[in-house]
Amino acid sequence: MSETDSKPIIQMPDPAKLVVSNSPHIRSGENISKIMFIVVGAMLPACIAAVLFFGLAAIKVLLFCVVSCVLIEEGWNKLVKRRPTWKDGSAILTGILLGMNLNAGAPWWICILGGFLAIILGKQLYGGLGSNPFNPVLVARVGLLIGFPELMTTWDKPALGIMKIDVLTTATPLGLAPGETFVKDVLLGNTGGCLGETSAIALVAGGIILLAFKLIKWQVPVAFLGSVFVITGIAHVISPETVHSPFIHVCTGGLLLGAFFMATDMVTSPMTRKGALIFGLGCGVITSVIRLWGTYPEGVSFAILFMNALTPLIDRVSISKPFGYTVLEKGGAV
Amino acid sequence: MSEKPRKFKGGVHPNDSKALSALKPIQDAPLLESYKVIMHQNIGAPPELVVKKGDEVKKGDLLAKASGFVSVPLHAPTSGTIKMIDKCPGPTGISIPSIEITADGEDEWGDTFEVIRDWKNTGSEQLKQRVWDAGIVGMGGAGFPAHVKLSPPEGKTVDTLIINGAECEPYLTADHRLMLEQGEDVVQGTAILARALGLKSAVIGIEENKPDAIAALQEIAANYGVEVQPLPVNYPQGAERQLIYAITGREVPIGKLPMDVHCVVQNVATAVAVADAVVKGRPSIERVTTVTGKSVVEPGNWRFRLGTPVSKALELVGGVSEQPAKLLLGGPMMGIAQSSLDVTVMKNTSGILLIAKDEASLYTSEPCIRCGRCVECCPMNILPATISQAVENKRFDWAEDLNVLACIECGSCSYVCPSHRPLNQHFKRAKIEIQAQLRKKK
Repeated sequence: MSETDSKPIIQMPDPAKLVVSNSPHIRSGENISKIMFIVVGAMLPACIAAVLFFGLAAIKVLLFCVVSCVLIEEGWNKLVKRRPTWKDGSAILTGILLGMNLNAGAPWWICILGGFLAIILGKQLYGGLGSNPFNPVLVARVGLLIGFPELMTTWDKPALGIMKIDVLTTATPLGLAPGETFVKDVLLGNTGGCLGETSAIALVAGGIILLAFKLIKWQVPVAFLGSVFVITGIAHVISPETVHSPFIHVCTGGLLLGAFFMATDMVTSPMTRKGALIFGLGCGVITSVIRLWGTYPEGVSFAILFMNALTPLIDRVSISKPFGYTVLEKGGAV
Repeated sequence: MSEKPRKFKGGVHPNDSKALSALKPIQDAPLLESYKVIMHQNIGAPPELVVKKGDEVKKGDLLAKASGFVSVPLHAPTSGTIKMIDKCPGPTGISIPSIEITADGEDEWGDTFEVIRDWKNTGSEQLKQRVWDAGIVGMGGAGFPAHVKLSPPEGKTVDTLIINGAECEPYLTADHRLMLEQGEDVVQGTAILARALGLKSAVIGIEENKPDAIAALQEIAANYGVEVQPLPVNYPQGAERQLIYAITGREVPIGKLPMDVHCVVQNVATAVAVADAVVKGRPSIERVTTVTGKSVVEPGNWRFRLGTPVSKALELVGGVSEQPAKLLLGGPMMGIAQSSLDVTVMKNTSGILLIAKDEASLYTSEPCIRCGRCVECCPMNILPATISQAVENKRFDWAEDLNVLACIECGSCSYVCPSHRPLNQHFKRAKIEIQAQLRKKK
């Protein structure tokens, strides 16, 4: 190596350490947990509103749900010998959404049972993240609703002030006769309902966050909310004494939570924008039908689950033509 | 084409990283002691060898002649002796026949072609023949023989020649520098190609992130009846089908070629090679290549002769500051990963790129969460996520129904996938399987 005195040493790559793989060789840096945690962030306004209105009880329910979802998922992963998945944030998000679907006075065992239904029955039995046909949180909510109808349909009356722990029960605004609900209460969240159903403003703020980060397709909430507004609006005009105003319909009963956070779940909704539009419309129509003629005062959960089942079909019919799928002479000067 | 360019659907915006080498003028690589010229540098049939071991050749002498219409000749990059004709590492990792020349240091031209100064009054057949004789292939990456694209088959007409100066691949700046430094050659080559096609005009499409190149060419282009069309920055703007759509609004039907919508697309480097062949009488024996990457000590643009080993190219740029994760020929979106530094520069080597460890996409694939980003960004408007699942289930018939054959392998879907799924790889596999089945049926 006498040459090295005159020549600077040039470091060359070691070919043995070069990775050979398919293109592309760079990635956008996006990953699943980033997406999940932004959605968790978008839930924060609604969580804060829930804590403001329902106090410590709300924190208790949310905490129970998140912890049980994560522990149940990891327990399952151990059982079936999979690597831990809590870091992808999906179980945490499921926990928060589950909590938002429960009553502030929900007992601890309801949270755990809900977590079990969501994670095991809703997700893992189908093969885990990405494979479930139904929204896991709604599977849990409907499971609990059928198993414990009373617990799931009487709601704590919110009381401003975090330390207020004494609990009054009340019906959801949709269960009351029209005229008994006040617009201001609905907007702010001073009405009965599960944790995530109450504050319209906080839910819309979360929805805007999701749209800003392009995590949901605008077609779903717009078609969902729009169709409910139009259908209940027509019904309200025809029969104002038995049907709430469309405004109350849109802002209550978990519709905003459903339209922004549940129906938009990537795994269980269509992939194309055209499909998202059909999906949102279907959710809106079914919700309206259940609310106007069904026995449940609200129908968001059932509507979304029903449309989840149709998602593969919607995906199939909403395929658009590939680029170049045209007749030969289109646009060409012959 | 004074109208605004059309925007194709989809596309991605990776960090272009072009600043590493965009301002570095093209440098001529010094003469090496030996070159290993890969025989088969074109799509189509490999050329037929006309030299043997021990022969003396001059620079530009024929090494191998075209073996058919879709085949091009190969010429000596310098004067010297044929040392060996043997197998050397090729870009796909398989060893392929190569010709090793020991340079005599004289670098003396042999009897090259007659110079055609008055190309404006030369017949198109003669120009086409020159492009073929000079061994020119598509230098943007595909390596398709240029003369074939100049010869429309019976019944097909061409009304538009597009010169591709989009250079949409991140990191690569070779075409950018060519347009800046050899604008006259680019435009002249364009005009010659137009004349060979019997056209009076042509369009050079350039992405708007190269305003200096657009300005430089606009000035020259007017004298030759050539137009310069700025294009929006959106990968893969330089893909043939997307480029044709942006400039003419025509969609090339799936499974068809640009000529079916009366278009021919050639790369700016190809245009320069054409100008060299016609005006200077020189065969295609060199090209400008960007040698770059975050770990490269001094990224730059170099004019290499065919057969320059990557190891020598890396010595010229001062080597690396750290061990890179990957060595690529081409850009980061569509380039081919290499496992050897002995692979050599070919006619279609637009870049020698070292991908650093922190940017290499060395992830484990996660389950698809159906976010639909691949669907949004797919410039061919197919459903990458769904096709990929069909491939995982070995249902290549489904993949075919979902138009996997329309895929241009631009890699945008894999680039955006938050689950880091090997989508592009799945499509390549599906295409191979489908074509294998077609052959079986025959």
